[in-house]
This record gives sequence, structure tokens and C-alpha cells, in this order.
Amino acid sequence: MGKYVLRLYIAGMTFRSVNATRNIKKLCEEYLAGNYDLEVVDLYLKPALAKTDQIFAAPTLIRKTPLPLRRITGDLSDRKKVLFALELKGMGEGEV
Amino acid sequence: MKGKQRKSFLKGLPKSPTGIQGLDEITKGGLPKGRTTLVCGRAGCGKTMLGMQFLVRGAAEFDEPGVFMAFEETERELTQNVTLLGFDLDDLVKHKKIVLDYVRIERNEIEEAGEYDLEGIFVRLNSAIDSIHAKRVVVDTIESLFSGLSNESILRAEIRRLFRWLKDKGVTSIVTGESGDGTLTRHSLEEYVSDCVILLDHRIDWQMATRRLRIIKYRGSSHGTNEYPFLIDEKGVSVLPITSLGLKHVASTGRISSGITALDDMLEGKGYCRGSTVLISGTAGTGKTSVAAHFTDATCKRGERVLYFCFEESPTQILRNIRSIGINLEPWMKNGLLRINATRPTLYGLEMHLAIAHKVIEEFKPHVVVVDPIDSFAIGTSDLEVRSMLIRLVDFLKMKNITAFFTSLTSNGNLQEPTDVVIPSLIDTWILVRDIEISGERNRGIYVLKSRGMANSNQVREFILTSHGVELRKTYVGPGGVLTGSARLAQEAAETAQALIRKEEIEKKQRELERKRRALETQISDMEPPLNPKRLKLPSSFRSIRPESDR
Repeated sequence: MGKYVLRLYIAGMTFRSVNATRNIKKLCEEYLAGNYDLEVVDLYLKPALAKTDQIFAAPTLIRKTPLPLRRITGDLSDRKKVLFALELKGMGEGEV
Repeated sequence: MKGKQRKSFLKGLPKSPTGIQGLDEITKGGLPKGRTTLVCGRAGCGKTMLGMQFLVRGAAEFDEPGVFMAFEETERELTQNVTLLGFDLDDLVKHKKIVLDYVRIERNEIEEAGEYDLEGIFVRLNSAIDSIHAKRVVVDTIESLFSGLSNESILRAEIRRLFRWLKDKGVTSIVTGESGDGTLTRHSLEEYVSDCVILLDHRIDWQMATRRLRIIKYRGSSHGTNEYPFLIDEKGVSVLPITSLGLKHVASTGRISSGITALDDMLEGKGYCRGSTVLISGTAGTGKTSVAAHFTDATCKRGERVLYFCFEESPTQILRNIRSIGINLEPWMKNGLLRINATRPTLYGLEMHLAIAHKVIEEFKPHVVVVDPIDSFAIGTSDLEVRSMLIRLVDFLKMKNITAFFTSLTSNGNLQEPTDVVIPSLIDTWILVRDIEISGERNRGIYVLKSRGMANSNQVREFILTSHGVELRKTYVGPGGVLTGSARLAQEAAETAQALIRKEEIEKKQRELERKRRALETQISDMEPPLNPKRLKLPSSFRSIRPESDR
């Protein structure tokens, strides 16, 4: 199984941004400990990346690898959905 | 600052010219500067094209760089699409006049997990605007977001915020939206945009499509309220504001030859009035086009331009047919004095025909416009529409002091009536060509039904098409009616014969008289010698008795 490369785009230090950052960090530690690469990007600081990565909503989490590319918008508070979208459900227990 | 504000208040709403032909005219200067305009319409009605042209013209002509945010087409597709219309987008992008930004929204890539906003779009727009100091923004079509994201309440709030933001940013912007059933846009964007709303329409009447544009609202400004036809051609979008122009044209007193001397003679010997409207009507095959050809030829000979609209024949066919009566129009076409504009009447709707006629007339600036035949417009459309169109066409031509020459086909049973479409009062000079059927023959008679401002002839002339053009002959009016064709020839022959007989008779009489005179003279001369001596011998007394014997 390949390494997870994740990038979280946030727009400034809003309540929503902080929430999203906290949620994804927690989730990664729980499910992908040692096997992930998470980068948090502030759109205000790097606006050019918004175009490159086709960002329109914030916060947006992008799973760059493994392919296919996934986008998850929102503050990632709906854990079930995030796990489903990242295809992490049941990871480590040998289920698919 | 305060003074500046007051100044702009006095001048009215500041506007940003679109550079789109006609649109600036009906908006009286362009779109509201620093505000958002909603352009809505169904799929394929030209929203993207209008937006793109607004940007390109702004960047190229008004030094106002622009940002195009597309949700439906990629940068590459956009560039290709508009290249076909003559815009070099690549070049403008290279020179930092335009920024294209394609926002890709792929439903199956996106998962929504929790609260979010559309700050990504704001950031992208902001950086694009700042990178080239853009003054114009087009967002095409923001409603695509609704198909990619499901939380409608967030989207609505964010779109409202976007419009507010664009206004605060001070850019003049166009937002496009797709029309829904009974609403201007599918997701009611019009609720958020309150400054200017333009509706585009691509309507089909009688299987003919016409694009139309209407300004639904324009806060703080007056504007044209009609539906205006518009065109997307190789030069992009052009709106064609055709309104009734009123009767303000200056009447010309100049005269212009019809190209047929005998016809000129019927019109005071000078021909048509310059800038007037001439109609020639008649049944099929009466030679209307030939009269038009003469007029065209004569006009070109004077070095004036003729624009010939034909709706039934191709240009080469017209040239060939006209050559058969001895008129060669080809040189005029070659040296640019004559332009033949041949289109099928069914190609466009009525409005579009008129609009295109306007456009071509503006381009070519002719002295004479020939429409052959004018009835073609009537196909499939209501009389009322055709009439209103003709009025506008005539008004337009009169305003430009262009002499109009229309031909019109009359239906057979309806000889006296001009046509089904032409309003007689609109026509200044009306020439009628009619069939005269006598003794198994069909001949043509021509007469001037009316001609304003001149003492025209009241005669019916016979109209003959020869290999050297149209000839008008005097017809014979007798107890048997008007004599034409072979009847006229017979009459001519009979008259010639009669004249001959008369002449012979006179000569005979003269000869007889001469003979008699000579006979008398001989008699006299025979008698003279014996008389003379007798008279000398007569006694004087004899003379005095004679009066008494007479009594």
C-alpha cells in the first residue's frame, strides 16, 4: 500500500480552518500513523496553488496519492464521510 | 474625492463600453461601471461569446484588462472557440491583458464532509485580478457549482457574497446564468444581481432561428427596451438596434435615371427621385428584374454603388440572365461598384434579414439598393411583421438618402392590387407591369401608377424585352382596347398600308389633275391663234348691243 499524500487547503485561521486541521490530523494519526504526508496550505498565502490544484471551496482536503484523486470539502467533521472518501474504512483490520 | 463624486453623479451612471456593436447604443454607453451585469439565456444562445467579447474588446480597445473565470470550458477550449471568431486570446494572455481561469468541478471527485465556503474561488479571482490590475471580470457560468456541490444554502450565501465582493472590488463584471423554465436563471441569480440584467434568446419561428437580446433592467439608466436581434458571425457578436427611425429624413430633389430612356420620359424625362422608394410590381415573368438591371447598369455607369439583394437566384444566374437582354453587369462587380447579396429567404428570420441588410448597407454604403423580390420575406411570416419590417427598411434607406428599388410579384388574379406585402403609401414611385392577353397572345404593358412629386405620364406603353434591353413602345388604344404584340404589329402594318394607299391615291389624283391641266392648256393653246384675228375684226357697235341680248 502506497503512502498517503494529503494536502489540506484552508483560507485563513478561521474557526472552520482550525477545526478541519484538527480533524484531519487526528484522523491521520489514528488510521495512517507513519504512512502519511499531510501539508496544510493557507490559500491566502499561496493563491497560485488554488488554480493549480483546482480549489474552489475551503477548507478542501485533497488526496494526491493513492490515485484516484479525491477532494473532500468542508471542515471534515463528518468522520464517516471522510473515511469513506479516503477509502480508509476498516484499514488495518484487513477489510476492504 | 467629493468633487469627483458629484461630477459623476451629474453625468449619470458611469459606464463601461462593451465595444460590441449596437450594445453600447442600446445601453447608452455600456454596462454599469464597477457593477455586475447578469447575462442570462438558454444553452447556446451566446452568453459566453458576449462575455468573452466584452473582455477582449475591453483589453484591446479600452485598456481595461480582464479576467475570465470559466466553469464549463477549459482555457484551451475557450481559446480555440474564440479564435474562430477572430480574437487572438493567446496573445492577450501573453501580454497580461487577459487571465483565463478554468474552475473544474467534477461531481464524482468531490465529497462533502462538513461546513465549507467558496473562498477558493474568491482567492483565485482576487489573485487573477491583482496580477494584471483587471478592470473587467466575466464569470461563466457560476451555476455549474450547483451541479457539483449539494449544499444549496451554502452556495446561495456564497454567490451572494461573491457579487457583493465583485462590486467592492470595483470591477465591471458579467455573470452568466442559464435560463430555467419560467425563470431568468435556473437558480434565481437575478435575485442577487440588481444593477443590470440582459436576456439573450435564441428563438425559432417558422423553423427559422433568430437571436435576440433584451435589457430587462438597468438600474439608474435609461435603455432601449425592445428585443433586438443580434448576430454571431466571424467578427463576433453584434447587436442590431433597429427601431423605427421616424420621418426626419430630408427629401432630395435630385433625379436619377431609370436606365430606360422611354421610362424616364414617362417620368418627366428625368427618371426617379433620388432617395425615393421605387416599386415595380407585376405577375411572374413580366420583366421586373430586367427593369432593375437597367437601373443598376445606369447607376454603375455614373460611378455610383449598387447593392443588389436577391432571394431567388444566385449572383451568377442573375448575371447570366441579365446578359441575355444585353446588359453586362460583370465589370461593375469586378470594380466594386456592384455587390450582389444572394441569400435564401428561409435562411434567417425576418428580423435577421433586416439586421443583415442594415449591416451590409452600413458597410458598403450604396447609392442604390435593389431588393428582388421583396415578397420573399413574406414566406411563413405574418403580414404585419413583414410590413413593419418594410417600413423600417424604407425609413432606414430614406434616412441615408439611398434610392430603393423593390420588385414585387403580384398574384395572378389580383392585378390592380400591388402585392400582398407592400403598403402602397410607402412607395413613392410605383410602376406596374401587367400582362395584356389579346387574341391568344400574352404581352406586357407598363405604366406608372403613381409617382410622387412629378407629373408622370398616364400612358400604357408596351414593354418589350429585346437582346439589347428593354424597349417601350407606344400602344394602340382603339375601340378594340389596347393593342399589343402582333395585334399592334397588324395595326402598324394596316396603318402603313393605308398610308401607302392614301399616298398612291393622292399621287393618282395629282397625276390626274396634272393631266387635266395639260389637256386644258393644249386646248387653250389650240384655240388661241384663230381667236386673235377674229377679235381684232369685231366692230365696236356689236359690243354695245350685247348686254341687251343677255337680258
